[in-house]
Amino acid sequence: MKRYDYFAAGIGAGIPIFLGYLAVSFTFGIMAKNCGLSAGQAVLLSASNLTSAGQFSGLTLITAGAPLTEMAITQFVINLRYCLMSCSLSQKIESTTPFFHRFLMAYGVTDEIFGVSVSRSGYLSPFYFYGLVLISALGWISGTFLGVVSGSILPARIVSALSIALYGMFIAIIIPPARKSKVIAGIIVTAMLLSLLFTAAPLLREISSGFRIIILTLVISGAAAFLFPVSDAEE
Amino acid sequence: MKPNIYTYIAVMAIVTYLIRLLPLTLIRKEIKNKFIRSFLHYVPYVTLSVMIFPAILTATSNRFASAAGFVTALALAYTRRSLITVALCSSAVVFLTELVPGM
Repeated sequence: MKRYDYFAAGIGAGIPIFLGYLAVSFTFGIMAKNCGLSAGQAVLLSASNLTSAGQFSGLTLITAGAPLTEMAITQFVINLRYCLMSCSLSQKIESTTPFFHRFLMAYGVTDEIFGVSVSRSGYLSPFYFYGLVLISALGWISGTFLGVVSGSILPARIVSALSIALYGMFIAIIIPPARKSKVIAGIIVTAMLLSLLFTAAPLLREISSGFRIIILTLVISGAAAFLFPVSDAEE
Repeated sequence: MKPNIYTYIAVMAIVTYLIRLLPLTLIRKEIKNKFIRSFLHYVPYVTLSVMIFPAILTATSNRFASAAGFVTALALAYTRRSLITVALCSSAVVFLTELVPGM
């Protein structure tokens, strides 16, 4: 495959992300407007950060006039999960890929782009990744803009329905490999049940969603790696 | 004095970018250690599962609609439908369920 083919394949694979981002960032745009941001500022925020939870919490801190150190720490804690995803992605990049690509690719490490990238078998082409990032960022930025300029372009029912699109995409990523591997199926069920426990149980539910993801990923992936080490042939 | 809005945006963007960048640039070689390789192999499944559930149940404006969308996505993913098919069909089911009176 040529660079252009990879790029085009990335754009195609990113269409569900585009739709999901459009809905989520639309809500973000409305909130940004309510917090007093102009359309330009909201678009700049979305374009430079490309992250959902971090941006929503950032808005709260901006409105409160929080110190910059507090902003930095909050973003660090909420977005620390990307660190794990980048570790995982680092192993998908072929060693012959020029180094500068890693600086560009880092911009686009989001939950959704990561999910789609790792679901591809074999090495990850930077150009496939750029296609994914382009279409996803387009959805994220245009949704933000639409949300700010008019809170009434997208009807509430459409926003609500599209809000589940990204979850649907995640499910389409993890279920087919679970059919082939009992270990992966077991991991998925365990992770969901423990996630439910962490959301509902007293004390545990005080843990933020960002840390819940990090803790459970470390514990469950670690236990699975210990109990069921993967041979190279399986990867 | 309150920091400038652009300063806030810059701090957010820089912190977030560095978190994404450092592992990608620091881990340049293929990891040989079997435990770490296995660990990284399992990471996406755990991360995505934790993000999906139970958050999917509160993703839309109606819990029943979310549950219907969840089941639809599971069934279609099980029959190996594409990402876009699963994403759009679960959205469509949510949309239709929310149209039902009394929901």
